Amino acid sequence: MLEKYEDLNEMHMDVLREIGNIGSSNASTALSSMIGREIKIQLPAVKILGFQAAIDHYGSPEDLIAAVLVRLKGNISGMILLLINKAFAEVVLDIFFGKKEIDLMNLDENEISALSEIGNIMGSSYMNAIATLSGLNIGVEAPSFTADMLGAVMSVPVIEFGEVGDKLLCIDKDILIDGVPLKSNMMLIPTVDSLSELFGKLGVL
Amino acid sequence: MNISVGISDWKTCKPPDVLVTYALGSCVGICLWDKMNRVSGLSHVMLPDSSTVSKVGENRMKFADTAVPDMHKKMLQSGALQRNLVAKIAGGAVMFASASSQFNIGERNVEAVRKVLKFLQIPIIAHDTGKNYGRTVFFHPETGKMEIKSSAHGVTTL
Repeated sequence: MLEKYEDLNEMHMDVLREIGNIGSSNASTALSSMIGREIKIQLPAVKILGFQAAIDHYGSPEDLIAAVLVRLKGNISGMILLLINKAFAEVVLDIFFGKKEIDLMNLDENEISALSEIGNIMGSSYMNAIATLSGLNIGVEAPSFTADMLGAVMSVPVIEFGEVGDKLLCIDKDILIDGVPLKSNMMLIPTVDSLSELFGKLGVL
Repeated sequence: MNISVGISDWKTCKPPDVLVTYALGSCVGICLWDKMNRVSGLSHVMLPDSSTVSKVGENRMKFADTAVPDMHKKMLQSGALQRNLVAKIAGGAVMFASASSQFNIGERNVEAVRKVLKFLQIPIIAHDTGKNYGRTVFFHPETGKMEIKSSAHGVTTL
């Protein structure tokens, strides 16, 4: 039984990378059909990071970023957090609304809905892939959106996982649209208990 | 010099140094200040209560109920006097709106900070808490000013 993220061994990490791979290729297919562009998601990285390191990993604490949070429900608890930087938001909002210049802090309702929907579609398809693979029942809650300083956004997963330890497990990858890397990240952040459940189902404990 | 306080961390200093903690979301920043001899501290706590957790373990700086008393003790050792101490607090935002209040950790953090400051008999003389945006906090020991910077509302000084 896993008690903390530091207990994960190399085999666990390989399995998580593979899960991230399957989940994200499903998510990228979904995004691709939604926006009609070629989407590639880099091979996922699995990282166990201290709290400050987890924030620093994605940029400076005061960097402005948009983010969509999708909470998981069912047999797995945790969250998917999609970090959307300005360049990524511009590509997407150009496709939807023909908008070239955007200000992340002043998005209108339609723009926020469009970005939230991307988080929703990508999060659901990611988790559907994992549900199919493992036979677990996994659902997602309605997405919620914010645009703010990176550190403030990251405080949310960091705090929720702070109750159980001093580390955060992120399975994340960069997203490329038409071959352009956009330094946006999609993170699957499962709870420790959920990992045990998942590994159990996959027969890897 | 700016002394940077990370997430679940605290630092103390005297003028001319300045304490800063970046991008508080649902976390809370607690500035303690000796208004006479200007010994100051800034704590960046993530969670309200260490007793809900099976092992506090390595990191007492994570919880309001352990971090603030520890920093308070260090300040008294550094020459701060109990009767001169005042507090200014910021943070505790709700970053993502959610139907479930179970996730309103920001509010629980602020409540826990108020409780521990009351226990330590340190009055809160200024606060900027709650709402839905991140805040960077600068604390100036020379003047006792807390400067709050947010992407949504610019800079305010308390």
